[in-house]
Amino acid sequence: MADIIENTGELEEDTLKGRYLTFSIGNESYSIEVRYVTEIIGIQAITEIPELPDYVKGIINLRGKIIPVMDVRLRFKKEPREYNDRTCVIVIDIRDISIGLIVDTVSEVITIPEQDIVDPPKMNKSFSNRYVKSIGKVGNDVKLLIDCEKLLNDDEIESLNEVL
Amino acid sequence: MYDEYSNETMLDIYVFETEQLLEQLEQLMLNCEKETGFTSEAIDEIFRIMHTIKGSSAMMMFNDISNLAHSMEDLFYCLRNGKNEIADNSFISDLVFEGIDFIKEEIEKIKNGISADGNPTALIEKIKIFIKDLQNDVQFPDPGIKKAIVETTGSIAQDTYKSNPEDGRAPPKHAFKAVLHFEEGCEMENIRAYSVVHNLKDITSDLFHIPENIIDNDSSKDIKQNGFHMCFTTDLGYGEIQEVLMQTIFLRELILEEIDKEEMERISKNKSKPYLVSESDEKPGIHGEKLNNPGTQKSKTERETPLSSGHQNILSVDVAKLDRLMDLVGEMVIAEAMVIQNPDLAGMELTNFQKAAQRLDKITKEIQDMVMSIRMVSLTATFQKMNRIVRDMCKKLDKEAKLVIIGEETEVDKNVIEHISDPLMHLVRNALDHGIESAEEREAAGKPRYGTITLEAKSSGSDVLITVRDDGKGLEREKILNKAREKGLISKSDSDLTDREIYNLILLPGFSTKDNVTEFSGRGVGMDVVARNIETIGGSVIVDSAPKSGTTITLKIPLTLAIVDGMNIRVGKSLFTLPTISIKESFRPNAGDTFTDPEGNEMIMVRGNCYPILRLHEYYNIATDVIDFTEGIIIMVEHDEKALCIFADELVGQQQIVVKSLPRYIRDFKKIKGLAGCTLLGDGSISLILDIGGLIYGWNVN
Repeated sequence: MADIIENTGELEEDTLKGRYLTFSIGNESYSIEVRYVTEIIGIQAITEIPELPDYVKGIINLRGKIIPVMDVRLRFKKEPREYNDRTCVIVIDIRDISIGLIVDTVSEVITIPEQDIVDPPKMNKSFSNRYVKSIGKVGNDVKLLIDCEKLLNDDEIESLNEVL
Repeated sequence: MYDEYSNETMLDIYVFETEQLLEQLEQLMLNCEKETGFTSEAIDEIFRIMHTIKGSSAMMMFNDISNLAHSMEDLFYCLRNGKNEIADNSFISDLVFEGIDFIKEEIEKIKNGISADGNPTALIEKIKIFIKDLQNDVQFPDPGIKKAIVETTGSIAQDTYKSNPEDGRAPPKHAFKAVLHFEEGCEMENIRAYSVVHNLKDITSDLFHIPENIIDNDSSKDIKQNGFHMCFTTDLGYGEIQEVLMQTIFLRELILEEIDKEEMERISKNKSKPYLVSESDEKPGIHGEKLNNPGTQKSKTERETPLSSGHQNILSVDVAKLDRLMDLVGEMVIAEAMVIQNPDLAGMELTNFQKAAQRLDKITKEIQDMVMSIRMVSLTATFQKMNRIVRDMCKKLDKEAKLVIIGEETEVDKNVIEHISDPLMHLVRNALDHGIESAEEREAAGKPRYGTITLEAKSSGSDVLITVRDDGKGLEREKILNKAREKGLISKSDSDLTDREIYNLILLPGFSTKDNVTEFSGRGVGMDVVARNIETIGGSVIVDSAPKSGTTITLKIPLTLAIVDGMNIRVGKSLFTLPTISIKESFRPNAGDTFTDPEGNEMIMVRGNCYPILRLHEYYNIATDVIDFTEGIIIMVEHDEKALCIFADELVGQQQIVVKSLPRYIRDFKKIKGLAGCTLLGDGSISLILDIGGLIYGWNVN
């Protein structure tokens, strides 16, 4: 009996594990693990909050809940772009912190098995490498898998750098 | 979706109930101590609480707690039946408090998911020894019966009788039937009958008697007329039983015959009444009031039922549900505003609609108020907890003090209660440790021997003020100044610091004027933690003192989740909200009213007073067209007797707002000065709420 329960437990995890949501910023496409994603919404009015770094755009009202939004383009130090009706906000929830990621477009959810995931090359030049946890091979394409925690937390090191 | 909220496991319920029971028990004990004695109602209630805890702990398989509760039950059972004047009340209290503390600790462990592995055996031993001592002083029914009776009290209506559990030996050899007649005029036959039963207890099992109830005096008549009938089984032989029975005083006649087992069983089956020897009302006259027995049995059953169905109509609700309800009400207010202020309706003649809309508005406001008040909990429980602390510390420090509580009915939001409980405990401890002097010192100083600590709560405007006041020796200004100078914590020269500012230095981390560290204080950590805890809920701490007469510490806590009246203002494209309470006036200045001082600060003269001007668009770097003072609006706000003039583009309107805190991500990131939170406006947009106090102090520093 116990192993049946164990098995179903594993099954449940499997449905979310290894599944990634792909989105694109400019010409590059990135993916994040689906288990962090709570919803995807279209861009809506953002209320600015002063004294925050430029990539934290402000807050939005999501059905009564107030959620901060981060522009991933600016986070990755790319050129900012005007928001259009294809711009999406991916709402993720990590360790009880909700935040919305503003991205250019959202593509699809794909399953990447473990064996197709490799570590990223150790290049220190590109800024966005910091946030890339691993690289997944899908057919002929290469998807950069983003480490969500780094997205949220690497701020301190950054602000130090800015000060210096 | 509803599944999230019906997750209250048995464990949660158990923890909640046990905590409530423990609180009640503590309160009871403290009251009993004050009255220096245990009244019968108190004993009954304590017994009942212990019994409930024992039962539920056993059910949840927390056997250690259950065993401890059982032995405490035994202790109180003893007291219930015996003369409690003999017992040493303060020792009993200490035992009980130790027990309460143990169970509390275990519950904490359970709450945090650690296994409850405390060992109560030492305490149980202590209790057992104490019980034995008690028993040796007074005539008591012995433990064997106690156990049997304790078990039967739980389940009163029982058709089958219970045999003496001590009797683990082979089934008794003989069964006897005895009828005793007492001498005429000896009076109190029921008591004599009782003592007969008592004497037989050790040597018999399965004892029945008619009349069943020998406590009530009425049975005396019965015994006088018909004699006292008994049936029992025993190992002893006829002769020995006869000898024992013949020892009964005032015995006129004894008829003793041996019966066989079948007859014994027949007799037992015929008895439809449960086997009950003396429960609590064993010896009449122990408890002041004598209750009539059939009535007592029934009321006892009622009183045995768990606490939650007893006293008031109170429901325990999962806080997550309340939070969700509040959010929904907030959304409903916004949705209602969106309907009523819908642009589609602009310019139409809608008298009936307006009337209906007004009604809807009224009802919505009422729901809002109701939901707000549901979250409000009175401070009673928190304040009462302090009683225990005062008592414990008085004993440990050998000082005498009493706690006066005023205004405990004041209600605050549930969140707030969690955050002020620890600071309050710390402040009370401080008052006792540092403030109140020993009894001798006080008498020498002409003060009453007993120190007084006053806990007061009152609501003033949108804040709740909680004061901890003691009449001890007060703060020593010089000592604090010196220590602060030593640690390099102050930069201004002494004369600039007002008394208040000096006293508030004690809130700094690492600050303590104590030379040595004791169990309770001296590390300089406490006040800092207090200040931080209060800040977390948006409040402030003010310290005031008068040398030799005492110290007063005031906690000012805003009603964070209040629906406050707010005034919306616009700067550029951003909307801000100011709490209406802090607004003194607003006006459009004339060209000549404003001026700049040599340091570049802009000021304005209003009726002879000078106020600094805060340009919101500059403060927050917001792009706006309105730069000139005469095109925008000046709003004079006030906080803590300091005033400031805020310059904004225009006033948008006034409305009731639901304060929401900024998302955690942003709060963790950085504390933005001047922002207290945000709120949703009628059209769904977000407005940032300005923290007037923060703006004023931030401005002054600049």
